[in-house]
Amino acid sequence: MEAAAGGGCGSGPPLLLSEGEQQCYSELFARCAGAAGGGPGSGPPEAARAVPGAVTAAAGPVADLFRASQLPAETLHQITELCGAKRVGYFGPTQFYIALKLIAAAQSGLPVRIESLKCELPLPRFMMSKTDADTRFGNPAELHGAKVQIPYLITEKNTFKRMDDEDKQQETQSPTMSPLASPPSSPPHYQRVPLSHGYSKLRSSTEQMHPAPYEARQPLVQPEGPSSGAAGAKPPRHQASLIRSFSVEREPHDNNSNYPDEPWRITEEQREYYVNQFRSLQPDPSSFISGSVAKNFFTKSKLSIPELSYIWELSDADCDGALTLPEFCAAFHLIVARKNGYPLPEGLPPTLQPEYLQAAFPKPKRECTLFDSYSESMPANQQPRDLNRMELSIKDMADFPVPAQDVTSDDKQEQNKTRLEQNKIRLALKSTVDEALPKDMSEDPATSKDSNSLKARPRSRSYSSTSIEEAMKRGEDPPTPPPRPQKTHSRASSLDLNKVFQPSVPATKSGLLPPPPALPPRPCPSQISHHNVNSECSAQPRPPTQLPNYGDFRLQKQSEQASEAEIHPQLNRAPSQAADSSPTKKDIPYSQPPSKPIRRKFRPENPAPENQEPSSTVGGPASAVTGKPHTAVQKQSSKQKKAIQTAIRKNKEANAVLARLNSELQQQLKEVHQERIALENQLEQLRPVTVL
Amino acid sequence: MAVCVAVIAKENYPLYIRSIPTENELKFHYMVHTSLDVVDEKISAMGKALVDQRELYLGLLYPTEDYKVYGYVTNSKVKFVMVVDSSNTALRDNEIRSMFRKLHNSYTDVMCNPFYNPGDRIQSRAFDSMVTSMMIQVLSRAPCCRAGEALWA
Repeated sequence: MEAAAGGGCGSGPPLLLSEGEQQCYSELFARCAGAAGGGPGSGPPEAARAVPGAVTAAAGPVADLFRASQLPAETLHQITELCGAKRVGYFGPTQFYIALKLIAAAQSGLPVRIESLKCELPLPRFMMSKTDADTRFGNPAELHGAKVQIPYLITEKNTFKRMDDEDKQQETQSPTMSPLASPPSSPPHYQRVPLSHGYSKLRSSTEQMHPAPYEARQPLVQPEGPSSGAAGAKPPRHQASLIRSFSVEREPHDNNSNYPDEPWRITEEQREYYVNQFRSLQPDPSSFISGSVAKNFFTKSKLSIPELSYIWELSDADCDGALTLPEFCAAFHLIVARKNGYPLPEGLPPTLQPEYLQAAFPKPKRECTLFDSYSESMPANQQPRDLNRMELSIKDMADFPVPAQDVTSDDKQEQNKTRLEQNKIRLALKSTVDEALPKDMSEDPATSKDSNSLKARPRSRSYSSTSIEEAMKRGEDPPTPPPRPQKTHSRASSLDLNKVFQPSVPATKSGLLPPPPALPPRPCPSQISHHNVNSECSAQPRPPTQLPNYGDFRLQKQSEQASEAEIHPQLNRAPSQAADSSPTKKDIPYSQPPSKPIRRKFRPENPAPENQEPSSTVGGPASAVTGKPHTAVQKQSSKQKKAIQTAIRKNKEANAVLARLNSELQQQLKEVHQERIALENQLEQLRPVTVL
Repeated sequence: MAVCVAVIAKENYPLYIRSIPTENELKFHYMVHTSLDVVDEKISAMGKALVDQRELYLGLLYPTEDYKVYGYVTNSKVKFVMVVDSSNTALRDNEIRSMFRKLHNSYTDVMCNPFYNPGDRIQSRAFDSMVTSMMIQVLSRAPCCRAGEALWA
């Protein structure tokens, strides 16, 4: 392979490598190429692009490696220049070997010159930083570099053999080399390259950033902290400073959703924190937070308004001005990321999209059932996703949003067993996610509908089954209205009238009140005649005619004067009988008027019997009305007085209440007046200012 | 075709204005500014009728030799003005209407953002991209590509 490498590229000075050097260099080269182009797919073009792309961004594994050599930056630049990478624009194997040789020379203290290559030099020494290890495996939890290197070596040989074939193709590639320019071509590969370094940068940057006010940052930092701490402190920091300088240029071109995907993935602790924050704003997790509430909350993060506006734009997927729980988590996560220095993505990363978040992290309550149904429908996706989340390499996640073409090409080159599996999973995920994202939406509501309908059916069943409960519910549901108060008027005056003119007999109707006073004399004879009739069994036309009209009054009279009526008819009977001669009918009516005053006289409460006569003779309702109070007062004895007294009392109470109300309102009026005066004063004070 | 798109606030200051050939920006700004008079005229003409009855799409405001200016006003008196190339005869009224509708929808989305204060300049990237797509789409169908050469290469 060395021969091929040596002979493959004609450019650059002739390089003579010793066995050990060759082996080391080839491993390193493969590692760099593999690190950049491995993982999801070292397709020939990508692998080729990987290496040069790495250097182009100055953040590739090659750059990493070079920095790991702990040479000063100028030396490294010199080396890269000399090895011809800048000239040809990429790090081919030749360039790489030359560079390594020069590194060895520099480390040995020799000047960085082409001539140095001819010397026998020890192998270049590189500080194996954690970042390199992690770029391969992407597991932040891995702290042992040694563990990592061994698999590197094993796999490198496999990868390198393939690299050989691609060498020829590599030389045909010509991506830009300027360290400051971001590579425009091959976005998928490019994404992979900055991944490794971006991740390291992010990790180190999280260390360097001040602790954000959100605790969520700590879970983000914790997995990264120990890993970066274990690494050489210098190289990551160095990389971080260099990378950050390029991050600005990188930003517009970089599809940051593929960029370090780890930060766009919400961990469990973060998720819990977000959910708790959501609950503090809105107790119902299935409901949403309104825009203003969310605005106040997110403004506390001290990010600038345009950034917050952009974050909102990204996270509010349905643009309804409100955040559901997944949207809120996405927004929160973006804010946290931004506070930690991650640049904001161009588009919402797929791991932050609401459907993904909903599926990945089911809401605790109702949605659990939804998730179950959803998981039933898409089991393959959920489980591998969970697995991936825990252990996946960055590249896998990086390729997650990559367009389908890359995925298919990625699949061609499977090197690692785990990578193979992950790729398959990712393909499944990708195809299902990309193509079935709309299906997801349709499936989700479908499944949710199903589950809801399923839930609904038992509910309906439960209702129909228990009729007793239903009846009870029905009976309970409409609460019995409170017993209606007596039909009494609220006003004291009408109350009085009603009470006054409606004696305790409930059967009386108010409509009959006016007429009855006019007719007391009539019912008397009718009563008498009735009684007479009863006693004498003589039917009289008048009483019966009068009876229906004044029946109530008669009843009223009868009830009150039951005891007296008996006396009266008896007394009346005596005179009537006395007056009775042959004409019974005629006499009776005649006798009745004279009997009236007599009867009246016997009434102790009615001192003025002669009132009856004029009132009866006049018979008009007007006189009846005028006579009514007199008659009423006369007729109704102590009960009337009592009624009046109660009415008076109520009147007084009502008066008191109204007086109190009046005083309160007066007080309020005074206060309002005072406020008005104060405001007018203020206005006066302000006026001259505005005029000037 | 839409060589210039502008969103004017109720108080007649621009919330968003963007034109394609950037070298002639001032000319388009001036055209939009003068078109505001025509917009006001049209609004007041219909003003006697209820706002509900008034149509949002105002139609062709005025044609110039090279360009045609179309207008659209929302119920909150926010105006959208679009300048199109006269040479693009393929543009029908319906298409202009649909473009305005898209503009209106995007504007509503911008409004939904609680961090956007009404009266601020519109800095939403989604809105930008929508306008860009409209301009590009317009250009792609344009028989004359003089504007197309400028920026979208």
